[in-house]
Amino acid sequence: MLARWRASLVILLAAAPALVVLVGLLGAWLTPAGDALQHQWRYLLPDASRNTLILVITVAAGAALLGTALAALVALCDFPGRNFFSWSLLLPLSIPGYVLAAVFAGSLDYSSPLYSWLREQLGWQWPSIRSVGGAALVLILTLFPYVYLIARVALESAAQRYLEAASLLGRTRLQATREVLLPLALPAILAATALVAMETLADFGVVAALNVDTLTTALYRAWYGMFSLVTAQQIAGFLVIMALLLLLLEHRARASLRMRETGGVALQRRRLNPLQAALAMLFAGTILGISFLWPVGHLLAWASSHFTADLDARYWGYLARSVVLAGLGAFLIVSISTLFVYARRDNVSWIARGIAPLATAGYAIPGTVLAVGLYAPLTQALPWLQGTLFILFIAYITRFFAVGHAPMATGLARLPIALDEAALLLGSRSFERWQKIHWPMLKGSVAAAFALTFVDLMKELPITLLTRPFGFETLAIRVFELTSEGEWERAAVPAIALVLAGLWPLKWLAGRMSHAT
Amino acid sequence: MRLGARTRLLFTTFAAVLMFAGLRSPAAEAAEPVVVYSARNEQLIKPIFDRFTAETGIPVRFTTADAAVLIERLSAEGKNSPADMLMTVDAGELWNAANRGLLRPTRSTILEANIPATLRDPGNRWVGLSQRARTIVYHPNRVDPRTLSTYEALADPVWRGRLCLRSSKKVYNQSLVAMMIKARGEAATEATIRGWVANLAAPAFANDNQVMEAIAAGQCDVGIVNTYYLGRMLQKQPDFPVKVFWANQRGDGTHVNVSGAGITRHARNPAGAQKLLEWLSAGEAQRLFAGSNMEYPVNPAVEIDPLVRSWGSFTPSRINIVEAGRRQATAVRVMDRAGWR
Repeated sequence: MLARWRASLVILLAAAPALVVLVGLLGAWLTPAGDALQHQWRYLLPDASRNTLILVITVAAGAALLGTALAALVALCDFPGRNFFSWSLLLPLSIPGYVLAAVFAGSLDYSSPLYSWLREQLGWQWPSIRSVGGAALVLILTLFPYVYLIARVALESAAQRYLEAASLLGRTRLQATREVLLPLALPAILAATALVAMETLADFGVVAALNVDTLTTALYRAWYGMFSLVTAQQIAGFLVIMALLLLLLEHRARASLRMRETGGVALQRRRLNPLQAALAMLFAGTILGISFLWPVGHLLAWASSHFTADLDARYWGYLARSVVLAGLGAFLIVSISTLFVYARRDNVSWIARGIAPLATAGYAIPGTVLAVGLYAPLTQALPWLQGTLFILFIAYITRFFAVGHAPMATGLARLPIALDEAALLLGSRSFERWQKIHWPMLKGSVAAAFALTFVDLMKELPITLLTRPFGFETLAIRVFELTSEGEWERAAVPAIALVLAGLWPLKWLAGRMSHAT
Repeated sequence: MRLGARTRLLFTTFAAVLMFAGLRSPAAEAAEPVVVYSARNEQLIKPIFDRFTAETGIPVRFTTADAAVLIERLSAEGKNSPADMLMTVDAGELWNAANRGLLRPTRSTILEANIPATLRDPGNRWVGLSQRARTIVYHPNRVDPRTLSTYEALADPVWRGRLCLRSSKKVYNQSLVAMMIKARGEAATEATIRGWVANLAAPAFANDNQVMEAIAAGQCDVGIVNTYYLGRMLQKQPDFPVKVFWANQRGDGTHVNVSGAGITRHARNPAGAQKLLEWLSAGEAQRLFAGSNMEYPVNPAVEIDPLVRSWGSFTPSRINIVEAGRRQATAVRVMDRAGWR
């Protein structure tokens, strides 16, 4: 579709900021930094690495299972409330992980009213939420919507023909789903699971709120506690290597599963019988309840006495800036990742092929390290960029490229190359070809990519904090200001505003995604 | 009339361009502004800066983030940095910034008169503006305060399963341990911390509020927190069952940290920044700076918040707070070795 050199250029440009950061991290390995790292190897990193590994595996597995099960339920079955769940199951994404962790710690830990009451009245005891298991639970509940959304788009675009063929071959609906539809959706599920794993690798908010030691907390300990940014960057280097291994695994798995299809007749959902429908509603409702309704209820209770004190006209400004930054950021990321996946589809030079995976590695670098790693070289090379939003958007793209990329890559991978060739033979020009043939089939992926990046950017904190212009406060920054000295009850006000602000775009985009199928 | 998609897009783009243009063109201002990079939150500093502007006509522009991040930013920006002042919530970060050559010395008889020498940098590159006392708190029904004495005594086996601590990742604990190392040496401090870790009733908590809630709920009996967290708790719930005990009164005094500030090496408006610093060190500004968060003023002449005063007076540590920064990295190592997570 693009000329070979142009495709290579697109890939190199998209990967450039990530390369700047990665070169910086590589540089840290060549910088002497005393024995801080040896000290950490001896006392912290063994435990921290083990916890990180346990978290990545359990969260990836948990989010993949939960997300796929819900996606299959919503995409393939019909039951009362299906429409409602189809978009509302995305809502947990709009709650920042560290806010959910604080809610869980506040409502499930020993001193919480609920636990105190159950302990005193009924003698109940349960393990502390402030543990690796607790962190895994919180991360699964905030991250499963990635898998849910991307898998659902993939399942909904699976052709009815395959199911019919399977049933002609004597397969039951369940067998057909397992043997035909899930394999078709597997590349998408893997891509989404890789996203979840990378986000878990880079997470600092959840593990810090529950005081679980991981590689990221070790990293911040070296930087904030021992004043050694270099050691922190060296540890960030480990995270990137782990992420690249993950991406490689995902890429290989996906390559071996590559399936193409041509769309065709939309899937017909199977109507569940009343008992099945009740179970489906109970399952989806429970997940929505614990991952969204309960935390929001808890936030409302916290906020109730502070609405009058904190909620005023400033909130319109916070809201507008959050929405503009997230909207523009998501637009840029989705546009660039669309160009990028097309460029990768072409026969590009080996350099571009080799560098392409690095463009998505930014998602595994904790935001603060990435922000500092970009800010320093950019402001030194181009001082006039200081105080503009340019650096902010570059950093957004670097960090969140993977989120826009995953749905686009899996969406485009489903379209057969033969389709491009047929159109080419018929003499259509590239844009026309794209508009008439690819766009109708990619709309769902574009909407999914936009929804995911938008909500992620609304919650984004470290990059916005470092690179925003003076006085440029957003809802996420307001939450940070209030929580940094432990004022959780006041912080619930902007946290709720953040959740509400994500509600409408998610609902709207969910509508686009369904229309697309 | 319905607008076409293209017209709407044009309008949106136009509005966006206007918004961004507006950001780059500050309105004409009378005096040259003072630019502050602050790790102290917006709600604690904005009202005070607004007052400074009203009284002196000097506008203040500020941005907030973690101190470590602001220091990297200052360092990366170098001569081009717009910042005149760095404000933090802990002495360690000020020491770090000064150590990296990011702050400039300021000689001011006003600052010297208003702020005790132990709460200022000996090299005059930064000053404390409010004191944050970190001391022992206890449950009055389960602990007789006569059994309490020092931080170090909490390592005694009588407190087995009765102590709650915040995570050692928080700089407040790192500063406390750094000052203990200065007073008693590394080995003795490490032994104390091993004792604390052995006495923990629950894994270390993520914040001071959780420590106090655990004491109130009966999970443990004693803990170590910054007093302003208790102040806030008591404002909401006057009968909250946690009391303050002033640690180490017979010895080297209770640990205090500072929230403070220094003028940057490449400040464009050092005179304005010095004026702000001096203004913050006295009078109503000092009362507001400490009082808005129930901290202690650094200026002994300034009145203390009534609720804070109700905990009684105490002798603060006599060691210069600069040691908290100088020994922070060592403190972290000691805590790691002793297994405080």
